[in-house]
Amino acid sequence: MDNVIKVEEVSKIYKLGQIGSGTLGQDVQLYIDRLRGKEHVAASENDEDIHIALQDVSFDVKDGQAMGIIGKNGAGKSTLLKILSRITAPTSGRIKIKGRIASLLEVGTGFHPDLSGKENIYLNGAILGMSKAEVKSKFDEIVEFSGVSKFIETPVKRYSSGMYVRLAFAVAAHLEPEILIVDEVLAVGDADFQKKCLGKMKDVSNNQGRTVLFVSHNMEAVKNLCSQVVLLEKGKLVEIGNPTTVINTYFRRNTNYFSHVNYDAANAPGNEKIALRSADIEIANGEVLEITTGFVINFEFDLKCDFEEFNYSLNVFSVTGQHIFNSQSHSFKASKGKLRAGCIIPPDLMNNGDYTISILAVSKESICIYNFESVLRFEIFDNRKSDKWFGEIGGAVRPKLDWKIG
Amino acid sequence: MSAEAKGEWTQVIEPTESAFRINFSELWRYRDLVALFVRRDFIAAYKQTVLGPTWHIIQPIFTTMVYYFFGSIAKLSTDGVPSVLFYLTGIVAWNYFSSCLTKTSNTFVGNSTIFGKVFFPRLTVPISTVISNLLSFGIQFLIIIPFLIYFRGSIHPNLYILFIPVVVVLLAFMGLGFGLIVSALTTRYRDLTYLVGFGVQLAVYATPIIYPLSMLKGKWRSLASFNPVTALTEVFRYALVGKGTFSAESLTYSAIFSVVILCIGIIAFNSSEKTFMDTV
Repeated sequence: MDNVIKVEEVSKIYKLGQIGSGTLGQDVQLYIDRLRGKEHVAASENDEDIHIALQDVSFDVKDGQAMGIIGKNGAGKSTLLKILSRITAPTSGRIKIKGRIASLLEVGTGFHPDLSGKENIYLNGAILGMSKAEVKSKFDEIVEFSGVSKFIETPVKRYSSGMYVRLAFAVAAHLEPEILIVDEVLAVGDADFQKKCLGKMKDVSNNQGRTVLFVSHNMEAVKNLCSQVVLLEKGKLVEIGNPTTVINTYFRRNTNYFSHVNYDAANAPGNEKIALRSADIEIANGEVLEITTGFVINFEFDLKCDFEEFNYSLNVFSVTGQHIFNSQSHSFKASKGKLRAGCIIPPDLMNNGDYTISILAVSKESICIYNFESVLRFEIFDNRKSDKWFGEIGGAVRPKLDWKIG
Repeated sequence: MSAEAKGEWTQVIEPTESAFRINFSELWRYRDLVALFVRRDFIAAYKQTVLGPTWHIIQPIFTTMVYYFFGSIAKLSTDGVPSVLFYLTGIVAWNYFSSCLTKTSNTFVGNSTIFGKVFFPRLTVPISTVISNLLSFGIQFLIIIPFLIYFRGSIHPNLYILFIPVVVVLLAFMGLGFGLIVSALTTRYRDLTYLVGFGVQLAVYATPIIYPLSMLKGKWRSLASFNPVTALTEVFRYALVGKGTFSAESLTYSAIFSVVILCIGIIAFNSSEKTFMDTV
């Protein structure tokens, strides 16, 4: 199969801070060089002065392939897309393309608020590269897909944000480029809309045999839509291969954030009765904290006196401060000295997200001995297997419960 | 294995292309977009306004009235031409030039959002500006006609009227050229847009709009002749009313100047086009 996109050693370097190389003489020289079409050489290679957004990235995309591009924020994904969309030029390297490219970096580009939906369809279509005749032939389809036919003659500034986004995507969805580039358009809009977008992209890729380049953080969508995935990290291409492998690499290299703490006697938080010496998280199997993995939260305390009735109270919070749940241990007799405890969190209870833990030492189930706040932080990844729903599944917890059907 | 010959590829994205080339076939492919931009400029600008497109007419008429009063107070000559016509013709010609300049100079800054999201040939925006200004010029030209008829006894329109399209083209080149240069510079130095704004307002006085070129003598006349717009406004006026000061040399000067400035403008614009999103 032929290559339709060939990215060759593409780099993009941004100068930080001041615009221009600093002196007028150098600026003029750079300008003349640029006029003659010479490649731009960065005036200064100082670490502090430059930001390397992309470094020697090379890969090929074959005809009809759906290629995903993943990476943490700041890895260079959007920069790569901007270069592919000719919005900015690479600092070095080149990209060879066969076929017409259409990019969806944002929906509703060029929509003018005072023009009606109909007028904007024509304008937006033309901006995206469709001819007037093309737009005309697809007009009815577009209006139907958007679901705003009743309001098509009203100025778009009167549209709700949902209508706006639906109309914008409807136009973009009916482009017929050979190569379609999509940048997290799915991040906007409601559940229905996201489903429609993905459905359309799948249709474009599988049924119409067009090439699709898809940038997203939504691993489920990427796994479902793409046959090959590229992983970018700090501007470099780290891996390219089949979705499952590359996505696992991504998770492994960006292991869920979870902390361990260790305090020596002098710095241990607590009071004259109890002090926390260490806490960590132990994952039952595998290396990654996912919804389906159970894990144990281990604590080690120094108890400075005896307690007849002693128990723990564990509180889990989301990083936004929402109280997720509380769990209390049974009461037991605790003696002065080292105290170890572990709280076992079962699989299929937690929802994905970022969390913090606080733990209280309690006496007689009512008196707070000490509240150790924000002891640990951890992140749980979503690893659901569904290929039908890609949106967020909300809720403080996501327990797997038994269902009685029928 | 696919062939590596450049002929195989539809396009190659490289760090820089020569700024001397214009991709005409690409511009032609986007001609519908140019038309829609023109339509957008005309329609959208007047939605929900009281006076709508009559603004095109109000500006020259009011300006003519102001010049008329000022001119008679200051006893400025109008070369034997009925004052209203004298000022109106100058204003209409100058308006075309200045609006091409000011609107084009705002291309990058004014469109940075849309330029940052989608690719389309950036030159389509200045081109659509020139065309919508042409429509505006057409409307203003139509207002001149009733006055020409009213004053037909005292004026001598002549065959130079056939030269008017050339004048319009040269004014467009000049406005576009300067505008493109400024727009390329504004990606780095934003305050240039303000400079251009009032610069153009002042430049009116350096051009024979409120006064005829014939009123200037000696060194003032030579200074005014350095202004490449001078000959064009003078010949425009001459064609319609029969009075104006110009020569083959001054016209040639204006023609060459406008072509050269247009080329410089296009080069400046092209060279900024690729990387302006990094600095704008």
